[in-house]
Amino acid sequence: MYRVKQFLPAIIFALAIVTCVLFTGTSRVRAEDVPVIDITAKRFAFSPDRITLKQGQTVKLRLHSEDVTHGFFLRPLKLDEEIPAGQTVEVTVTPQATGTFTTICDHFCGANHGNMNMTIVVE
Amino acid sequence: MNRTDRRSFLRIAGSSLGIGVLYSAFPAARSAGEAAGLFSGLGKANGEKVTPFSFVQLSDAHVGFNGPPDPLGTKAFERAVEMINGLPQRPDLVLFTGDLTHDTEDRDIHVQRMKQFQEITRRINVPIIKCVPGEHDAGLDSGALYREFFGESHYSFDHRGVHFIALDNVTRAKPEVGAEQLAWLQKDLARFPKTAPIVVFTHRPLFDLRPDWEWFTSDGDDVMSVLSPYDNLTVLYGHIHRDDEHQTGSVHHYAARSLIFAFPDPTGVAGPRKPLPFDKDHPFKNLGIRSVSFNGKSEPGSMPLAIEDVELTAREFQGINGVHQFLREPGV
Repeated sequence: MYRVKQFLPAIIFALAIVTCVLFTGTSRVRAEDVPVIDITAKRFAFSPDRITLKQGQTVKLRLHSEDVTHGFFLRPLKLDEEIPAGQTVEVTVTPQATGTFTTICDHFCGANHGNMNMTIVVE
Repeated sequence: MNRTDRRSFLRIAGSSLGIGVLYSAFPAARSAGEAAGLFSGLGKANGEKVTPFSFVQLSDAHVGFNGPPDPLGTKAFERAVEMINGLPQRPDLVLFTGDLTHDTEDRDIHVQRMKQFQEITRRINVPIIKCVPGEHDAGLDSGALYREFFGESHYSFDHRGVHFIALDNVTRAKPEVGAEQLAWLQKDLARFPKTAPIVVFTHRPLFDLRPDWEWFTSDGDDVMSVLSPYDNLTVLYGHIHRDDEHQTGSVHHYAARSLIFAFPDPTGVAGPRKPLPFDKDHPFKNLGIRSVSFNGKSEPGSMPLAIEDVELTAREFQGINGVHQFLREPGV
């Protein structure tokens, strides 16, 4: 019992360190180090209509539909999302290839659906 | 199945009609004896003997479309009907590969457009007319209204020994066929030998033609893995408002022109798609008066199916003369 009491401060200190590493540190990486880009879909355009990403850098795209269900499709970046009417979905992407890509709405949303797209530049 | 001529028993010849495409399915066996064996084998597989016939593919009439670049409304569609009815050899059937009508959120208006499409197609002097939906027919309501008018969006049938498959890649709102229909397709094809003559007709291309213009089917590779084992399979599609030929393995893909307006060659255009401008001096230009090309590589025995384009005489093309009378006045 005496020995436990003797080492108790050290045990508590070690647990605190582990807790910080496991939760605080990880949380800081997820919440603060991953940029978030908000994209709004509304017939028949995305806003913004052009974003620039960096090769190998992870970003979170927060996609919001202001009206009907839209799609968000770009095969080279493996993006194939459905954005339900009035809802927000998030997708994390780490682009591996550089270039200028056209992302399309691939969920038919009306007469001018065929030209609903935006540009993603990967540098 | 007689193997001596397994790759050449059927040829499908596509002829430019000015509007639409005429296909003739006819046996290409080298001798009467070969043909008899082939027909017998196919008859057992299809339940029907292969005999020569022709059919027409039409596409993308967009009945109800009202705006630039096309001021003609349904005039090209109606002209196509006249041309079909004037053919010296009456086709057995007409395949319509989607976008029969233009979309609208007003159900009553869409009903009227579908009725107008049916009214025009009733004038076609052809006994069998088969359709698949396009996204403008069925994308906003998962095909509910389309089915009320035209029945199921995917199905199959046999005609004179050729198996026809209507494939739906629009009613799920996304450019895809889906697992359920894919399973149906596998089951539908299971009874056929690999040499059976098969025509698949659908709206969107089953390959990545131009994905950023939505000229693709997202699970097209899965579909092609089911279709590719068949030696004599042709895919006919629409959607791209221009003629196009493509080959994946032994499967040939052919797009038909639109009956409303045309899109440009995607290989020469960067950025968004824009319709070709309307030419009032040649109002049906690019809608069906295709620049005819003969595929010189097609020889019996070297290709399972061959498209043979036949140039029409100027006289036939001149059927469009006087079309200016159809042009609406500006603002009307």
